[in-house]
Amino acid sequence: MFGNLDFDVIRRSLPYLFLDGMSFTLMLTGLSALGGLIFGTLIALMRLSGYKLLGRIAGLYVDFMRSLPLVLVIFWFYFLVPYIGQWLTGASRPIRVGAFTSSLVTFIMFEAAYFSEIMRAGIQSISRGQPAAASALGLTYAQSMRYIVLPQAFRNMLPVLLTQTIVLFQDTSLVYVLSIPDFLGAASKVAQRDGRLVEMYLFAAAVYFAISCVASYGVRRLQARIAIVR
Amino acid sequence: MIEISHVNKWYGPSFQVLKDCTTSVAKGEVVVVCGPSGSGKSTLIKCVNALEPFQEGQIILDGIKVNDPKTDLPKLRARVGMVFQHFELFPHLRIIENLCLAQEKVLGRSHDEAVAKGDKLLERVGLKAHANKYPAELSGGQQQRVAIARALAMDPIAMLFDEPTSALDPEMISEVLDVMVDLAHEGMTMMVVTHEMGFASKVAHRVIFMDKGEIVEDAQKKDFFGSPRSDRAQKFLSKILSH
Amino acid sequence: MNYNWNWHIFFEPNPTGAGTYLDMLVSGLLLTIKTALLAWIIALIFGTIVGILRSLPSKAASWIGFCYVEFFRNMPLLVQLFLWFFVLPELLPSGAGLWLKQLPNAPFWTAAIGVGLFMSARVAVQLAAGIASLPRGQKNAATALGLTTAQGYRYILLPMAFRIIMPPLTSEFLNTVKNTSVAITIGLIELTGQARAMQEFSFQVFEAFTAATVMYLAINIVVVTGMRFLERSLAIPGYITGK
Repeated sequence: MFGNLDFDVIRRSLPYLFLDGMSFTLMLTGLSALGGLIFGTLIALMRLSGYKLLGRIAGLYVDFMRSLPLVLVIFWFYFLVPYIGQWLTGASRPIRVGAFTSSLVTFIMFEAAYFSEIMRAGIQSISRGQPAAASALGLTYAQSMRYIVLPQAFRNMLPVLLTQTIVLFQDTSLVYVLSIPDFLGAASKVAQRDGRLVEMYLFAAAVYFAISCVASYGVRRLQARIAIVR
Repeated sequence: MIEISHVNKWYGPSFQVLKDCTTSVAKGEVVVVCGPSGSGKSTLIKCVNALEPFQEGQIILDGIKVNDPKTDLPKLRARVGMVFQHFELFPHLRIIENLCLAQEKVLGRSHDEAVAKGDKLLERVGLKAHANKYPAELSGGQQQRVAIARALAMDPIAMLFDEPTSALDPEMISEVLDVMVDLAHEGMTMMVVTHEMGFASKVAHRVIFMDKGEIVEDAQKKDFFGSPRSDRAQKFLSKILSH
Repeated sequence: MNYNWNWHIFFEPNPTGAGTYLDMLVSGLLLTIKTALLAWIIALIFGTIVGILRSLPSKAASWIGFCYVEFFRNMPLLVQLFLWFFVLPELLPSGAGLWLKQLPNAPFWTAAIGVGLFMSARVAVQLAAGIASLPRGQKNAATALGLTTAQGYRYILLPMAFRIIMPPLTSEFLNTVKNTSVAITIGLIELTGQARAMQEFSFQVFEAFTAATVMYLAINIVVVTGMRFLERSLAIPGYITGK
């Protein structure tokens, strides 16, 4: 059944697949995770701030994003970002936005909703005595968040945040719908150019599988270590 | 009825929970097993109906070897009633359904037959009015009485009690013990893990004292309460009886 | 924003000649629902089997369950759909492969099965966690009554575990609905696909996506409301889940 398959096509396209495709995927994953975490934390703080309106807005944003399929959100931002850019820069026409920027904005905004839920759970898991002790020492609300609550919440939630990042890593493959050459896009381009769908998709699957497996194994190890320290 | 001989059990490679335990319960006999926590008494009673496996020795229940791979365990277990520390009623089933489930699924009784039996037993433990409630709507003492009725519904040849009153609030203990005393007076074969020495002195024939996985003392009731031979049992008794 | 809004576009005829643009979107919505329901059934069936495997004491069984979950969790859904759609027919014996390729509605079946299996791994994880969260004594009680392992799962463990995991299952069902949109890449013209098609034909990007967004939100509201209703009707009197 592997008779007329040509696995050499993989070897020939390795530089393209990894130097172009995978580096795009990893860059997108890393920056989106970072941006998503920062925005997500801000959203979580808004929700827990005690200001009703602020909390309401943040909650609506999270629920809204989590109700939509990522593919639809990718399309939304692909068409929306040029207009947002125009509005921000005051240009006369919608600005041209590169594929990377467009996907990055999409994933940051989308993942922020998911990261915010994780951070919210993390912040709520810190006992109330902690911020109380911080204020007793004279720290302001911002200081107690910055130095006491957030570091603990972040550390407690690290395994969950990393697991979400693995999901994000897999989800970035959806930029395929914009014909962007991320790792899967690159594999697909070669597959279609050379008529080698079977080989290329099997290879892509194996690479995603290997990376995700190693990463989730790492997360499990980390989790076990944290569990012991506690 | 229950023959336990030279039972050894380990958790993992090195931790031995049961050390060469040998004892027996005759038909119609009430045997109380006591001892400090972690002494292996709950583990021992769970070995009797093979809820816990053990590595060495053998247990024979009504002539059937429990640790024989050929033994039909579900069938054997259906003939021995067991009552647990935390009641373990099935929370999603009504009280009467709790009593009927195993009668129908294991013994193959018809639904009507099972309900009739269940009603009779609920009446006996004084809970007939609660037949259509759910377990969480009952107090702990009531739940434990239902659990006893559930075990009795299977027409068991013997009953195993695993600390039946230790999860109960003090004011509910006696309502459960009363049911157990009645049962003992009727001649039910019973093996009871408990700290209730009042119960033991009232109905037990024999008392077994366990410590660190060993059966330290296995004596007639009057001998045990009169003059326990071992230091450990004496110490234990003085602690238990002092309050 | 210099964008020409035209909300009347929905009532203009679509280029396929059959009805309006709104009709196009509604047919996409229906296909999304149909695909998601079939996928969900598959996810529940396989997820239940694998979840049970993961909860069994047998090392081999839980290892198989673990491998299953890892396999479906560590590849992007998009890649899995490609494997089913492009790769599988080529690797099968030529007759079977040809049959698969000529199957009418191939994108629909591939999407339902592909998304279903992908989601089944997540259902399995939830179910295994739900079973693990039940008190150990429940299984013991079922066993002690003589129920076989299968009966214990069927009558005691699964009914409780599924009640407990109802909230996470609700969000997994919503994920199933959302994930069907990934099948746009294998040519399934569901809701997102129809919105995209409308955008390409009419150039009214934002109207098309707004309509799709509203429809997804509507699905969410309906599902969440429905599940809340189901949860309430299955709630056990007196029993507080997730205490």
